[in-house]
Amino acid sequence: MAMSFETSPAPHVIAGFTVPRVMFQVLLALLPVAVVQVAAFGPGLLLQMLVAGPVALACEALALRARGRDAAPFLRDGSVLVTAALLAVAVPPLLPWWLMALGTAIAVLLGKHVFGGLGSNPFNPAMVGYAALLVSFPLEMTRWPVPFAPEGDWDAYTGATALDALRTGLGQRLTMEEIFAGPAFGSLGGRGAQWINLAALAGGLYLLARGLVRWHIPVAVLAGIALPAFVMHAIDPGAYAPAAFQLSSGATMLGAFFIATDPVSAATSDRGRLVYGAGIGAIAWAIRTWGGYPDGIAFGVLLMNAAAPLIDRYTVPRIHGH
Amino acid sequence: MAQRSTFPPGLELEARKTAPMRQPLRAAPVPPLLVVALDQGSGDAAEPLLAAGARVRIGTPVGRAEGETAVAVHSPVAGVVRGVEIRPVHGPAGEGVCVVIENDGSDEVEAGYAPIDWPMLPPQELLARIRSAGIAGLGGAAFPAHAKLAAARERAATHLVLNGAECEPWICCDDALMRERAADVVLGAQVLLHACGAAKCTIAVEDDKPEAIAAVEVALAAAADPRIGLTTLRAVYPAGAERQLLAAVAGVEVPHDALPPAVGVMCQNVGTAAAAAHLVRTGQPITGRIVTVTGSGVREPANVDARLGTPIADLVAACGGYVSEPLRLIAGGSMTGRALATDAVPLTQAVNCVVVATAADLVARGREMPCIRCGDCASVCPPGLLPQSLLRAINAGDEAEVARHGLADCIECGCCDYVCPSRIPLTARFRAARAARKVQLDERRRAAAARERYLRHEQRLAAMAEAERQAFEAARNRARGEPEG
Repeated sequence: MAMSFETSPAPHVIAGFTVPRVMFQVLLALLPVAVVQVAAFGPGLLLQMLVAGPVALACEALALRARGRDAAPFLRDGSVLVTAALLAVAVPPLLPWWLMALGTAIAVLLGKHVFGGLGSNPFNPAMVGYAALLVSFPLEMTRWPVPFAPEGDWDAYTGATALDALRTGLGQRLTMEEIFAGPAFGSLGGRGAQWINLAALAGGLYLLARGLVRWHIPVAVLAGIALPAFVMHAIDPGAYAPAAFQLSSGATMLGAFFIATDPVSAATSDRGRLVYGAGIGAIAWAIRTWGGYPDGIAFGVLLMNAAAPLIDRYTVPRIHGH
Repeated sequence: MAQRSTFPPGLELEARKTAPMRQPLRAAPVPPLLVVALDQGSGDAAEPLLAAGARVRIGTPVGRAEGETAVAVHSPVAGVVRGVEIRPVHGPAGEGVCVVIENDGSDEVEAGYAPIDWPMLPPQELLARIRSAGIAGLGGAAFPAHAKLAAARERAATHLVLNGAECEPWICCDDALMRERAADVVLGAQVLLHACGAAKCTIAVEDDKPEAIAAVEVALAAAADPRIGLTTLRAVYPAGAERQLLAAVAGVEVPHDALPPAVGVMCQNVGTAAAAAHLVRTGQPITGRIVTVTGSGVREPANVDARLGTPIADLVAACGGYVSEPLRLIAGGSMTGRALATDAVPLTQAVNCVVVATAADLVARGREMPCIRCGDCASVCPPGLLPQSLLRAINAGDEAEVARHGLADCIECGCCDYVCPSRIPLTARFRAARAARKVQLDERRRAAAARERYLRHEQRLAAMAEAERQAFEAARNRARGEPEG
């Protein structure tokens, strides 16, 4: 008597990677940034995360329900928590809670679900939320606490960030030495930001080592910032900050390893991702240098998100035998 | 055109080949009833030559190859034809015409087969002998060996690559062959070189088969043929895929719209070479092959030399039978093998491995999630496609984008599926899209042919009407003219 078997298309084994695994590894890699930010700027970040996390999950559930989808697997996949966490570490730790909630809702609803949810959003959701807050509430969004303030009332210690102080100082025709002697500056970049950048670099290297992020985007972003900074600083050191400062200030490392690497909204091929990352870095540097905002990572990411389909069109890799 | 000597990463997969390799290669018992498929796996069936009641011996022709991609089929056993029937087979259709033969146990060989003095034979005649022996490629695709060799001769290919990479998990029939019959492989290489006219031959083996490599080295030393060499490859799946292997071994990239002889190379499986050696040594057509029987669902995994037409149920029985809870019966390996609905399917030249898989051997796919465009698929794709973009184009029904992203260049290796964190069955989607595309093209061709036929028909009708009219006119003129004339 012949035996019958179930049939199923090949391949019959898969590696068993899952989206939740990827997302939770990203959250894990973000941990050093969180720790350093709390150490440098106080526990405000924890409150932001307590607001952002639940709001993000609630918006995700609401949107999935409105779209008639089964919410459970998507809530479990962790991608919305990554969006919330990235937004929370990007905003100033003393941002009013309702702004955090608003930004998160914009990120999840307008950044992600109006386009079709997971995998379909053309823009990085966290940066959509961040940019919406930044253009609507520029004052609240650029008020960072003075790093490593001894104790007491955090609100009294808010001041300009290093990138901000650089712009204002150059506007006042101060010399680079005078500007860098200011309270916001550390030995390399911003006094607090340089440690956050270092932590983000550590987390990013972990992602690289685990193969969760490929090197093309981070390297291109960093090169996109460092190259023009290096060249212009060499030409006119009085008007342009050195590359090391640019690399260790603002959201450089966070942007390079955690934000620009969101695959959904990035370019597709390796070559395309190099172009995409370099564009983000160059735009961020240009905005920092000549633009109206102290940092430009968010706008760089959003603008290159918009350019990604075009980049994809011209960077399809050569197929074997063609 | 840029050349790429090796292909992109591919996958390092768990080989799962140790269990059958612990057993020596042995002959499987010949079952009482053999089911000889007239399509040996290429998708093109031979025409049956015999009807029920006919007496056959080993080597008696039972199927004649009509199509270009069919091979001649011979009886693998002595006995009586019980019928020519539609039976479950290994091909995509799931069933096909088979000659069912009852074994009389005598193992008598058809008269007239004698060893071939092949070095004295003109290559064309040797090709004809390979053709009449019904040898198909034994690597899995079962394309007729003589057709590939003839194409290589026609295009004056210079480099023959013998594929002993055997990169896919579970499959180890070539490993067993090279370990135990390396001399056959080398003799076969000489025969194939003579047939196709190539100047040199490289036997390519993955570096995870040290015993096979050693055995081939010994056989090569014994043969002392300077035209034949050995190359080891890093054990990466799919190192043995034809175009990828040729890039790695011969350093040539076969154009997407051409076959390997166009760039002076050709590829044959080591098993095919051994079959050619068997042919010249005995003069007999191919009636058996080595097949790996493995998986957690079979008691004693082993490589067996079995007669073509042996039902898989009998192969499993020859390896101790089923154990635990077999879930899936796979013909081939875990990455590209076809899941069979029944173990009544007989052994053909295309079946190199039978995996009796239990839950422990399989990975449940789980729920499919949306593509997050992570690009893991692109980073492992051997021909260098962007599977995520290809899938998008297929879903959008954008024919131009589908073509641009190389649906036709997909080798269906399954690497993209393997790494996809969203558990998207990419390979199955690509296979389905190709099948749909083929149907569409066939339909278009048929429609064009029908239109042509219709136009011809119209023209013919018009011509007939015209002829009738002229005849009528002529008759009328004659009629009118008669009274006057």
